[in-house]
Amino acid sequence: MGGNAIHLQRQLAEYSKSLYVEGFLDDQFKQLQQLQDESSPDFVFEVVNLFFEDSERLLNELTKTLSQPIVDFRKIDAHVHQLKGSSSSIGAQRVQRVCIAFRNYCEEQNNDACLRCLQLIRHEYSLVKRKLETMFQMEKQVLAAGGSIPMH
Amino acid sequence: MVMAASESQFHVLAVDDSLIDRKLIERLLKTSSYQVTTVDSGSKALEFLGLHEDDDRSNPNQPSISPNHNNQEVEVNLVITDYCMPGMTGYDLLKKIKESSSLRDIPVVIMSSENVPSRISRCLEEGAEEFFLKPVRLSDVNKLKPHMLKTKSKNSPQKPNEQDDQGSTEASSASATSSPETPSPVTEDTKECQSQPQQSQSPNNKNKRKGVEEGLSPDRTRSRYNNNGLTVVSN
Repeated sequence: MGGNAIHLQRQLAEYSKSLYVEGFLDDQFKQLQQLQDESSPDFVFEVVNLFFEDSERLLNELTKTLSQPIVDFRKIDAHVHQLKGSSSSIGAQRVQRVCIAFRNYCEEQNNDACLRCLQLIRHEYSLVKRKLETMFQMEKQVLAAGGSIPMH
Repeated sequence: MVMAASESQFHVLAVDDSLIDRKLIERLLKTSSYQVTTVDSGSKALEFLGLHEDDDRSNPNQPSISPNHNNQEVEVNLVITDYCMPGMTGYDLLKKIKESSSLRDIPVVIMSSENVPSRISRCLEEGAEEFFLKPVRLSDVNKLKPHMLKTKSKNSPQKPNEQDDQGSTEASSASATSSPETPSPVTEDTKECQSQPQQSQSPNNKNKRKGVEEGLSPDRTRSRYNNNGLTVVSN
């Protein structure tokens, strides 16, 4: 393994560590990584991409539902429940936390607070998405340089 | 993880409406050398198990479920199901399985992202072997094997769960690997599973449930529950 690979590997390790320190990811993401092996080499990438698709669909649904003249809070709650589930399944901790607050405002039928939560979720979601994409990119570079991805 | 060869024969049916969670549970089970079938609804699970639901209205004198003898070659050693699903909930599925003479010996495990004590005790009273909080982890999946071994050696029928109900309100005992993310118990169990039919329960039942709720400590630990009234620590 060349010096470049070692350098890239170290960068990747530092970057992923920062994602835990800053709370973007929690231990559930490590669980996903543990489940990835030779028989499923793209498991993490696949599940995270499902999370992206699911989140974007739900965010659009939420935006639509919250912009109705009469807001169906039960529907909102069902969507946020799903988003909370999928974010916790991949360990996207900060998204999951906003979902918890969101559901409380939903129960109070607090329209303004729900809108603020939706904005916050959009924000957190786009952050974690960018971070995960960067991490996958770095993994590719490590592999291309002849290095290996450490399993956790 | 090292698994004996014989365990690869165990076949688990996993039921979850979320694609992400189906992927996850499938991977968890396969890593543990189980054969896995996943379906996205309770009715598909029943279909796979060889039961089909008759339309109650067209067939009022029949039980809502009847065995389909064409499909019996598929052996399922355990059903693991999400609680909150549109249409048939995991609890409904559990009841149908336990009401069926041909299926009731199959161990059923419920998964839920919500830590709702009343929900947990209701599932255990109905005969669920375990209640896992989501996201399910490898340490949870490791707890499945004893339930399958119990059924596989068919020398004794499933222990009647009434026994546990009468025993005490300690049916739910928790052991834990600590996980601060686990939500605190929620008292209301109404919000996200709107399709769930209202329970008609005897007052006796209600009291029991209340006892269980009060007995549970609201600490923020990752908890698991089983219906033996025993605490099993095997993490």
